[in-house]
Amino acid sequence: MVKKNNSMFKENIITNNPILVQVLGICSTLAVTNSVKNTIVMCIGLIFTVSLSSFSLSIIRKLIPSKVRMIIEVLVISFWVIIVDLALKAYLPEISKQLGPYVGLIITNCIVMGRTEAFGLQNPPIPSFLDGLTSGLGYSIVLIFIAIIRELLGAGSIYGFKLLGSNWVSWNIMIMAPGAFFLLALIIWIVKGYFLPKIEKK
Amino acid sequence: MNISSIAILFGSIITGNILLSYYLGMCSFLSISRELKSAIGLGVAVTFVMAITTPLNWIVYNIILVPLNITYLRFIVFIMVIAGIVQILEMIIERFSQTLYYSLGIFLPLITVNCAILGVNLFMIIRQYSFINSIFYGIGSGIGWLLAITLLAAIKQKISKNILPKGVEGAAISLIISGIMAIAFMGFSGIIPIN
Repeated sequence: MVKKNNSMFKENIITNNPILVQVLGICSTLAVTNSVKNTIVMCIGLIFTVSLSSFSLSIIRKLIPSKVRMIIEVLVISFWVIIVDLALKAYLPEISKQLGPYVGLIITNCIVMGRTEAFGLQNPPIPSFLDGLTSGLGYSIVLIFIAIIRELLGAGSIYGFKLLGSNWVSWNIMIMAPGAFFLLALIIWIVKGYFLPKIEKK
Repeated sequence: MNISSIAILFGSIITGNILLSYYLGMCSFLSISRELKSAIGLGVAVTFVMAITTPLNWIVYNIILVPLNITYLRFIVFIMVIAGIVQILEMIIERFSQTLYYSLGIFLPLITVNCAILGVNLFMIIRQYSFINSIFYGIGSGIGWLLAITLLAAIKQKISKNILPKGVEGAAISLIISGIMAIAFMGFSGIIPIN
């Protein structure tokens, strides 16, 4: 059991990373990563949603008729997303405003749907929870990495702290849409072309 | 109809393109864009559903959710409306046009979980558009998405025979192309300010 969990950990974070390998859920990846703070909040929201919706769907998986399972999945996911949204509005109103619609868009994030559909509906609750958790972590690591580079180059700061001094000329394009596209493409290229073949050889 | 509706229409097609500047609908954008024909099919289906659900959800939000003070339920309600509309559309198309059903029908189930549709509906609420403006916003965003996916599919078809470095083929090259397209679309921002 422990061994199985370990391999799941490795698979979901490295060899089968949701963003880099499966290229899922990148809508919100790109949108929130122009500041590290927003990205961390978004990641916590996503990990919370994906692990708990996988867990709760796994509990009721035997009661769900397969014909209507999609709509039930969406309902359960929306339930958890509403909780995240309300919590953000209550405790972090400013970040909630900046994230705008992207919190709600966790519902249609392919990772959440994909994990519940592929894992949560076939497995008992605890492994489903862990699977959701590790997938969420794999997603968050990439997201935070992208956010650090974008904020550093685009605004000269990380998490709001100025690092590069006043002489730094900000690369505005990194904050705007094209920067995210180029950066993610570059990271996928490096990982797919260089790191993954090495890991697979081992 | 006033000047702001037209500005919203063109703004949502070009400068505020839902895909190239808000990154919505990337998943299906990357997976469908291999073939020009199916890309156009999906784009038309998305435009259709967006143009219908945006004003409809405006009505639902402002007439039902706001008076009852349950706006926090909007995510569930919007998703339900979208799923319902997609289902009805599927039945209508199947009933009236078999050819259209075969070219468009396979894309319809994909649309329910397309983040662009829900995204447009949520943006419409956040920006507090009026009813008329929400109609234009829905149509404009749909056309913008159709434009982006068609362009990407066409470019990818053009370069499909080229030899690419290892690791770039697939997702990475699509993202690079979309980045260049996003820069091109940003060039229009002098004409229509992004709101």
